[in-house]
Amino acid sequence: MSALPAPVFCMRLLRRQLVLALRRPAGIANPLLFFLMVVALFPLGLGPDPSRLASFAPGILWIIALLSSLLTSDTVFRSDFDDGSLEQLLLAPQPLYFSVLAYVAAHWLVTGVLLSLASPVFGLMLGLPAQALPALFASLLLGSAVLSLVGGIGAALTVGLKRGGVLISLLILPLYMPVLIFGSAAVRAAVDGFPVAPHLAILGAMLCLAIALAPLSIAAALRISIDA
Amino acid sequence: MWTFFHKLGSPPWLYKISGAILRYLLPATLLALVCGMTWGLLFTDPDFRQGNSYRIMYIHVPAAVVALAGYYVMAIAGAISLIWKMKMADVAMKCCAPVGAAFTFISLATGAIWGKPTWGTWWVWDARITSMLVLFFLYLGVLALYEAFDNKEAAGKACAVLSLVGMVNIPIIYKSVDWWYSLHQPASIKFTGESAIHASMLYPLLLMIIAFYALFACALLLNMRAELLHRERRSNWVRKLAQPEAG
Repeated sequence: MSALPAPVFCMRLLRRQLVLALRRPAGIANPLLFFLMVVALFPLGLGPDPSRLASFAPGILWIIALLSSLLTSDTVFRSDFDDGSLEQLLLAPQPLYFSVLAYVAAHWLVTGVLLSLASPVFGLMLGLPAQALPALFASLLLGSAVLSLVGGIGAALTVGLKRGGVLISLLILPLYMPVLIFGSAAVRAAVDGFPVAPHLAILGAMLCLAIALAPLSIAAALRISIDA
Repeated sequence: MWTFFHKLGSPPWLYKISGAILRYLLPATLLALVCGMTWGLLFTDPDFRQGNSYRIMYIHVPAAVVALAGYYVMAIAGAISLIWKMKMADVAMKCCAPVGAAFTFISLATGAIWGKPTWGTWWVWDARITSMLVLFFLYLGVLALYEAFDNKEAAGKACAVLSLVGMVNIPIIYKSVDWWYSLHQPASIKFTGESAIHASMLYPLLLMIIAFYALFACALLLNMRAELLHRERRSNWVRKLAQPEAG
C-alpha cells in the first residue's frame, strides 16, 4: 500500500479534528462562554461608565481572546497523546510539519475564527465605536492564528507532563505579548480614526513567520515529548 | 582541532579545564569589578543633571547587556545540544538559565532604583522595561519547564526548543528603544560613530561591561561544574575526586 500524498493526508487530518470537535459542541461553546463571562466581569470591576469601558475595550477584548486561546491550547494534542494516535502520526511517512499544521488549523477554526466572528457583539457590549469593529474582527482573525500556532508549541512541549496546565501559560504568555501589542494597537487606531493597515500588516508578518517556524518547533517538541 | 571538539564532550576533561580557567578568570574578574566600581563610583565627575544617582549605571547597563547576551548563549548552547547531541552543551544551556535570570533581575531592580530619583517613579510600562520583564519570564519559563520533566534528558531537549523559540523576542528587546517612543533612552554606546556618552564616563562603563561578561562566564562555569558533579555522581572520576585515598 502506498502512502497518501501529504496534502490529502493533511486535509483528512483536518477533517478528522473538525469532526471530533463538532461531536463535542460543548468544547466549542466553552471558549465563547468564557469570553462572554469575562466581558461581563469588566463592567462589574471597572464600573459601568460607558465612556471608560469604551476606552479600555480594545485591550480588554484582546486580553480575553488571548486567555481563551491559552485555555484551549492545552487540549490540542492531549487526547491524541493519551490514546497513542499521536505516536502513530510521528511514525507516518507524511512530513510532520503539515500534520501539525492541520492540528493547529483545526484549533484555530474552532476557537480563533469563532471568537473573531463573535467579537463585534462583545465589542458593542463594551461600547466600542462601530467604526472599530472591522479592525477588531480583522486583527483577531489574523492574531488568533498566530496565537494558535504559538500555543501549539507550548502544548507540544507540555503534552507529556501530568501538570502542564499552569506551566503552559508561563511558557507561551511571553511569546503572546507581541501579538497583544499590535492587535490591541490596531483596534485603538481604528477607534481614534488612524489607519489600521500598518498594524494588520505587522500581524500578517508575524503570521507568516509563525506559519514558517512554529510547526517545525511543534514537530520537534512532539518528538521530545513522545520520547520522554 | 577535532580532538579538541571531542574532548569537549567529556565531563572529566571539561571539569579539569574549567577549573584551570577559573583559577585565572575568577581573580581577574574580581580585580576588574573592583577597579571598575572604584573608578565609576569615586573617580568620575557627577552628571550635571542627575548628580550622583547616575552612578548606578555602572551596574545597571552591564547587567542588562549581559542578561541579553546570556539568552543568546543559552539558545546557541541549546541549538548545539539539539543538533550535535553534545551533552556538555546541554549542561551549559541548563546552567545559563538561572544565571541569566539573575542578571535580568539585577538590571530590572537597579533600573527601578535609578528610575525613582530620575523619572520620579519606580516603574513605567515602557517598551524597554516591559521587554526586559518578558526576558525575565522567558528565563523563568525555561527553568520551570526543566523542573517539570522527570526525564532530565527530555527536559534538556524541551528547554532547548523553548529557548530557540524565545529567541524571536530578543531582537525586539534590543530594538525596542529605537522602534517605540519610550521614556528609556536609546542605546548610548555605539560601535560605529560617536557615542552619546562622554569618554570619562564611557571607559569605566566599558570596563564594567567586560567585568560583567567575565562574571557571567565565572558564574556559568561554576554552575556547570556543580551540575557536572551532580550528573556524574555515580561515575569513577567523581568518586576519585571526592575520596582521593580510596582510589
